[in-house]
Amino acid sequence: MSDISFQRGKALPLQVAGLLLALMASWLLWSGIYKPLLLGLGLFSVVLSAWLAQRMGFFRHPISLRALLRLPAYWGWLLQEVVKSSLDVARIILTPSLPISPTTVELPAATSTEAGRVILGNSITLSPGTVTIDVHGDRLLVHCLTRESALELKELEAQRRLARLELG
Amino acid sequence: MYSVVSIAILVTMVLAVVRALRGPTVYDRVLAVNMFGTKTALLLSVIAFLVGRPDFLDLALAYALINLVGMLAVLEFFQSQPRDLPESGHD
Amino acid sequence: MTETVLDILSWILLCLGGCFVLIGGIGALRLPSFYTRLHAASLTETMATLLIFAGMMLQAGLSLATLKLAAIMVFLLLTGPTASYALANAALQSGMRPKAGRLDGSFEGEQT
Repeated sequence: MSDISFQRGKALPLQVAGLLLALMASWLLWSGIYKPLLLGLGLFSVVLSAWLAQRMGFFRHPISLRALLRLPAYWGWLLQEVVKSSLDVARIILTPSLPISPTTVELPAATSTEAGRVILGNSITLSPGTVTIDVHGDRLLVHCLTRESALELKELEAQRRLARLELG
Repeated sequence: MYSVVSIAILVTMVLAVVRALRGPTVYDRVLAVNMFGTKTALLLSVIAFLVGRPDFLDLALAYALINLVGMLAVLEFFQSQPRDLPESGHD
Repeated sequence: MTETVLDILSWILLCLGGCFVLIGGIGALRLPSFYTRLHAASLTETMATLLIFAGMMLQAGLSLATLKLAAIMVFLLLTGPTASYALANAALQSGMRPKAGRLDGSFEGEQT
């Protein structure tokens, strides 16, 4: 986390256009009133948000369009994992004897990009039973509810799936 | 049927409040409050369907946003406090 | 016909979602320590959110409400883990060690 410098990064026209488009679409979706005044206000907020995002370094971590298109496949796999681990955690909570065996495990992030690490950490936290509690360098410290889920994480399936996205 | 789901969510919110009151650490309380907040967003969405007023969905989104920012602000506040203080407050 | 099937399916999803919310709440009370309670919270934050929103989206059909529901769901699913991580990391930084076994020797003792 030490390499946060507020350099603004070079924004590619395609990225800026994509962000503006996404912001405008969400304005139109949530506003629902299409009068010139409100549309003008929307345009103003969209440009303001894009400028703030650029200031915050939003464009420092470019994600290719190809990776975005491959994301749904990753989400499908993630959904499957979430369902599986949710059932496990629900069963553990409902068992009277509470058969937990908390385990921490350190995993390699196995991606060089910051976006990849964020996606990996978030996916691990998203599935119940495993929570990323620390990221230092390219290592993730993960707290698991049971020893079995820790062993499963050691197989690095998520890292392999993530590598297929080819983020960098 | 929506009422069944909203009752389930309400019960969980009560459980979260119990956890927030019991603690024992500050972080337990923050966790419970965060859980309460996300459940509020969920409850607002369900209520939108329960009473048939889709504008409640806007409130749900607003609440989800405020909850996230609020929780990060609270954490920032705790982290900026001196470390050697024992678990400082119930308030 | 498809109406009824969709109706039944969405009710099942909503009921399951309600169950998961309850289980998460019970877990937040029952589990013994802060780090384990995080898992109960993430159960309600991911699985229950997914199920309840999926059920409501089936009820709403193809409409603006479905889009809004999808937007809220994606927002909750994206920010939930971030908030959990921020909370867990803040607890860790404050010196609260998880009472947990270690799986591999590569983790060098008490570090942050």
